[in-house]
Amino acid sequence: MSTTATSPQPGQPQPAPSETPTAAGQRTAVTAKPVTWKVPVTLGVLGVVAFIFFGLMGPHQTAKFGISTGSDFFQLPALEVNAFIGGIVLSVLMLALAAYSVVLKTRDRKAPGWVPVLFIVLFVAAFLIWVVGGARTTNISLAGLIAGSVTLAVPLVFGSLSGVLCERVGVVNIAIEGQLLGGAFTAAIIATLTHNPFLGLLAAAVAGALVSMVLALFSIKYVVNQIIVGVVLNVLVSGVTGFLFSTVMQADKDKFNSPAHLDPITIPILGDIPLIGPILFKQSLIGYLMYIAVIVVWVGLFKTKWGLRVRAVGEHPQAADTMGIKVNATRFWNVTLGGAIAGIGGSFFTLVAIDSFTKEISGGRGFIALAALIFGRWNPIGAFFAALLFGFADNLQSIVTIIGTPVPSQFMAMLPYLVTVLAVAGLVGRSRPPAASGIPYVKG
Amino acid sequence: MTESRQPRHAAEPDPAETPATPAETPATPATPGNETPATQTQDAADAELQAADAATATSLDTAGGAMRPSAVPVSGQSGTVPGGPDSLMRKIFTGSGMVSVLAVLLALILGGLLIASTDKAVSTSAGYLFARPSDFFSAVWSAATRSYVALFQGAVFNPRGSGAAGQFAPLMETLTIATPLITAGLGVALAFRAGLFNIGAQGQIIMSGILAAWVGFALHLPVGLHLLLVLVAGVVGGALWAGLVGFLKARTGAHEVILTIMFNYIALYFLRYLLNTPAFQRPGETNPISPILDPNAVYPQILGSQYRLHLGFLLAIAATVFVWWVLNRSTIGFEFRAVGANPKAALTAGINVPRATILVMAIAGALAGMSGVAQVAGTEKVLTDGVAATYGFDAITVALLGRSTPWGTFAAGLLFGAFRAGAVQMQIQTGTPIDIVLVVQSLIVLFIAAPPLVRAVFGLNPRKKKATTSKKAATTGAAA
Amino acid sequence: MKLELKGITKRFGSLVANDHIDVVVEPGQIHCLLGENGAGKSTLMNVLYGLYEPTEGEILIDDKPVSFRGPGDAMAAGIGMVHQHFMLVPVFTVAENVALGAETTKAGGFLNLDDTRRKIKEISDRYGFDVDPDALIEDLPVGVQQRVEIIKALVRDAKVLILDEPTAVLTPQDTDELLDIMRQLKSHGTSIVFISHKLREVKAVSDTITVIRRGKVVGTASPEASTTELASMMVGRAVSLTLDKAPATPQETTFEVKDLTVIAPSGQHVVDGISFDIARGEILAVAGVQGNGQTELTEAILGLQDRVHGSILLDGEELLGRSVKDVLKAGVGFVPEDRSVDGLIGTFSIAENLILDRYDQEPFAKGISMSPAKVLENAKTRIDEFDVRTPSGSLAAGTLSGGNQQKVVMARELSRPLRLFIASQPTRGVDVGSIEFLHKRIVAERDHGTPVMIVSTELDEVIELADRIAVLYKGRLVGIVPAGTGRDVLGLMMAGLPPEDANPDTKTPAAAAAAPAPAAQPAQETSSGAVGEHHD
Repeated sequence: MSTTATSPQPGQPQPAPSETPTAAGQRTAVTAKPVTWKVPVTLGVLGVVAFIFFGLMGPHQTAKFGISTGSDFFQLPALEVNAFIGGIVLSVLMLALAAYSVVLKTRDRKAPGWVPVLFIVLFVAAFLIWVVGGARTTNISLAGLIAGSVTLAVPLVFGSLSGVLCERVGVVNIAIEGQLLGGAFTAAIIATLTHNPFLGLLAAAVAGALVSMVLALFSIKYVVNQIIVGVVLNVLVSGVTGFLFSTVMQADKDKFNSPAHLDPITIPILGDIPLIGPILFKQSLIGYLMYIAVIVVWVGLFKTKWGLRVRAVGEHPQAADTMGIKVNATRFWNVTLGGAIAGIGGSFFTLVAIDSFTKEISGGRGFIALAALIFGRWNPIGAFFAALLFGFADNLQSIVTIIGTPVPSQFMAMLPYLVTVLAVAGLVGRSRPPAASGIPYVKG
Repeated sequence: MTESRQPRHAAEPDPAETPATPAETPATPATPGNETPATQTQDAADAELQAADAATATSLDTAGGAMRPSAVPVSGQSGTVPGGPDSLMRKIFTGSGMVSVLAVLLALILGGLLIASTDKAVSTSAGYLFARPSDFFSAVWSAATRSYVALFQGAVFNPRGSGAAGQFAPLMETLTIATPLITAGLGVALAFRAGLFNIGAQGQIIMSGILAAWVGFALHLPVGLHLLLVLVAGVVGGALWAGLVGFLKARTGAHEVILTIMFNYIALYFLRYLLNTPAFQRPGETNPISPILDPNAVYPQILGSQYRLHLGFLLAIAATVFVWWVLNRSTIGFEFRAVGANPKAALTAGINVPRATILVMAIAGALAGMSGVAQVAGTEKVLTDGVAATYGFDAITVALLGRSTPWGTFAAGLLFGAFRAGAVQMQIQTGTPIDIVLVVQSLIVLFIAAPPLVRAVFGLNPRKKKATTSKKAATTGAAA
Repeated sequence: MKLELKGITKRFGSLVANDHIDVVVEPGQIHCLLGENGAGKSTLMNVLYGLYEPTEGEILIDDKPVSFRGPGDAMAAGIGMVHQHFMLVPVFTVAENVALGAETTKAGGFLNLDDTRRKIKEISDRYGFDVDPDALIEDLPVGVQQRVEIIKALVRDAKVLILDEPTAVLTPQDTDELLDIMRQLKSHGTSIVFISHKLREVKAVSDTITVIRRGKVVGTASPEASTTELASMMVGRAVSLTLDKAPATPQETTFEVKDLTVIAPSGQHVVDGISFDIARGEILAVAGVQGNGQTELTEAILGLQDRVHGSILLDGEELLGRSVKDVLKAGVGFVPEDRSVDGLIGTFSIAENLILDRYDQEPFAKGISMSPAKVLENAKTRIDEFDVRTPSGSLAAGTLSGGNQQKVVMARELSRPLRLFIASQPTRGVDVGSIEFLHKRIVAERDHGTPVMIVSTELDEVIELADRIAVLYKGRLVGIVPAGTGRDVLGLMMAGLPPEDANPDTKTPAAAAAAPAPAAQPAQETSSGAVGEHHD
């Protein structure tokens, strides 16, 4: 989004007769923003780093990636790569991409969007080969790794969708963590009491929505700073769930904290396709909901009347108001909807991933979701992929501990946060939030 | 979320246009003196009320930059001097001090209800609520009060203690726990005043703890010098960690909220990593825990060995004085406040905004660093991955409750320290989990941030008109 | 459609913004609301547009009372409004902006922008607008954006169009085109409520004029009324038409700008190779329509711009490359164009604002320790000297009126020995009384022997204060002309024509077409018309 002013509109508003220049106004943004050196330089530096560390200094063992699992519908052979050669090849490809962007820059053109994306993919692959090639056990299941990443990403995706909805309508949602936690708790207790995971799911959405309503009430009606409300709400939800966990759930685990679970639903045949099957067609209900939610939110925001209004309210609330759109009501209901979505994400913890609720079960993932939405540039699809990337890092963290690599797992855990710091610091391209995000709308 | 902005106003109420009129009126020779005195007192009180609200909003709304008081009339009226006992009474009951007290009260009531809701006696008596409601209410009352009494006894004064020393032991414990809360809270508050939302006290405490602890257990130096070096190391650690955020913010415009949140996690994982390295892990331990700090490297206990209260508390008082001086009597404080209230005007007035941003973050980090030192050299004497506990996050609520003023933060730190200290006792005596403190704390901050809500709950809305407008807002907010 | 406002009163607390206002807009009429800043025109229109609820009074359409709960109702009733600050979402396309709030959808709530594009084209064709429905708003020049605003209203079948200070951002030539569009709309049967304080335009286009002063209707006038008459109705007393100003006695030239170029973050040269100089005891006024590089020019001198080339010499010393603080210390007094954003800190006390750029200097500070007593003492002196109307210097500056705020800024900048004084929009949004005062102080500073640079988008102010006039257009210096230059010549220069072409004796065909009849009036009279009314 760094160069939005791409379609220059020459200011020729007049019909022929009066020849006087009329484009007298503001800096007529006729020229597009100049291409910066940021992308080429970043890619170049990372490429060199990859070449040196993953390539030249890389391990010489053969990294083995299992692709098929036993239950698969057909079997594919495991992928075996010599870590040294793989590192060299991939980093050379990265350097080629960097060179390509340099060439484009010298011609004053911006590297197309696929360049950095492909670069990231290559970098991740090279990194993976390097890690596995240098480990004690040089054999991991790629299928498991990816499927695990998606699993870990589910709450992140829901959380970041909540953030996207809220910020697009002009309310900063720092309370994603609280919404996830509230959803997880409520899902656990309701699914236990009713023995019905679907009711648990529904209750989680309601709980998330309630947290959001408090956020909306305080930030919209009482014009309290949105970040303050968000921060405080996280504490509040943590306190309430922690309190009830200690007093109620722990006292009688069977009665209050043994939620009925949502089991994976395998779509016949499709679910047994190697690699893709488990990701797309062997998910729990919440996993499928995730894909649906991403698409629905994206289509809704950019293709429908509702989305047009939402974005207008988040970009320029007065303009929306003068067009008869109820700014604060729009904000209120969108924030509420966002909370419901995050609540569903929270229910994933207790209805799918883990068998019961524990204190702080969301473990700071709300903040990673926040990071994902920024890294994904306030776009549902972008946030989805960012969340996947962070889920991948999260998963890799536990895997590297198991296979015993030289990389401390703590650094893997740090990765999402580091990447986000780089993202917001503009090193990965400046992202532009909705213009009115975080600003209360005070009428009159 | 990259830049701080002013709140938007509907329909462009022409900042130069509407609010200007009343104050201009006396400026024109045609109109003598002020407005008609009949409406004056009423309006003055009203205006003052709004001014108080506006002030609250301003002091709290730091991340979004200065909040321009939104109500149009304020600008015209707040200059007038109120008179009459009526307005004085109203001021007491509706002013910000009273709102703070009521906010605490309201939060305690809600916390009490939460406690009661899980109480056995309460749920039993609820079974026959309609038969004997009095049982129910007395059960609620006793459940809540039992916990709060235990809380008080654990925080301030325990009548069953042995002798005066034992009876006041809880108070000493409160002061001990308040120490890191106060200094970290000051760090958050100072950054607030410069318009920066420092969510990063947690990470700053961790980084300071790492450095201070390492100096404390790895070096062996003479008395005095060693402790001094520990203190310096911790303060520098916090200052650098926060200063880096300031630097990134100043150079790239990245939002400090995101940065500090991310930095907290980076610091935490860094600490966990270190605690698994030979340099930090206690020899012979498999748990991530550091060696114990040298005796020369820890804070002396200022009231004798029976209390944990250490030198850090006196340093916290000194820090409060220091922050007060910086904010109110120093040129750098002037710069901080100017940058916080209106960065563009500060820039135009020749203030080096990037430098002020970095500096204020560094000082904030240094203050949070004092909390880290208080932890490793005062109470814990070792480094674990729980070194910061939740002090960094609590510091935010402390600063908010203290309205970002130094002494307000000090008082809020004491209050929350008391909650923390008392909660331990409460859990032992009544089984009420410590988490209730989080609930009460966060509710207090929420209520304090929304004075109209508190006034509405206690029926203190000064005027019918105000009540109806807020009610209207509520319905449109909820129903529309 | 006949529109009537009957006894409209709008109060904010004890502030009466509108006091029993009656206005009748007949069908197919251009009805002008004339009044000073702060007279309550915009408030009245926001009431009419449903943004504010009136405290008392009623709105009648075709003699039937209506009540608007929001702009939606007003639009449904056939009222459209073009706000002074455009209500357009910059990152949306024209079509999206036009569709917003009145979207046509396909099944399932999906947007149907083709329909909107068709409507935009229809209206564009009818009125000769050349608007690309798929252009992003942020890429469009202001004049085109204004047309998009008009299209927005017309798409919604507005029968009454409110134009709130529509010419504030336009060149004189653009303004004339807008007036043409208004006449065209009128001929198509649309009534127009035209809010302005510029008498020339009002007289050129109105059918009826209602004059508002301090929230009240003070009378109606016909467009034939003389400007002096209208001006005194608007201000409420006989207006002194010209500033009592002695001719300049320029001394040596001490301030020189050479080949100054400022490059915006977008890469555009927003100031493009400008050279000029100012002598001691002289006022150079920089004229031009908003957004032609004036802001960047002054900011570059102060050191607020990053990418600047060229040279800025004050008493032979290079200012370029210095920090703002050093430039201020070199003796530059600076009044920024937007006082509430750049000039003052609203939540700081008046006293603190009066030392905003000297807080770290003696006597206010020793080392890094400040002396509040000295700060307050200084405030007392300045408040008296500059006649700031306030009970106390410790009140927040945000509580002052626009005029008094500007006095605070001016007092701060003029209270130290200066070697250059720069004031941008020195009287924007300021009441008449304060304007006279501020103008006198500026002239006094000149007579004191300081080189003075005034930047103003108000031609009237430029004409009133200038000893020489520099005109900027798209970052370039069109020319520097002497004080007596006529309005029409200046107007054409503001549209980019060099002075030799803009001279009426050698008119180009384009200039002839654009030069409107009213502009040909004697400069003196028109200048008096909008006396001191400088709008933002």
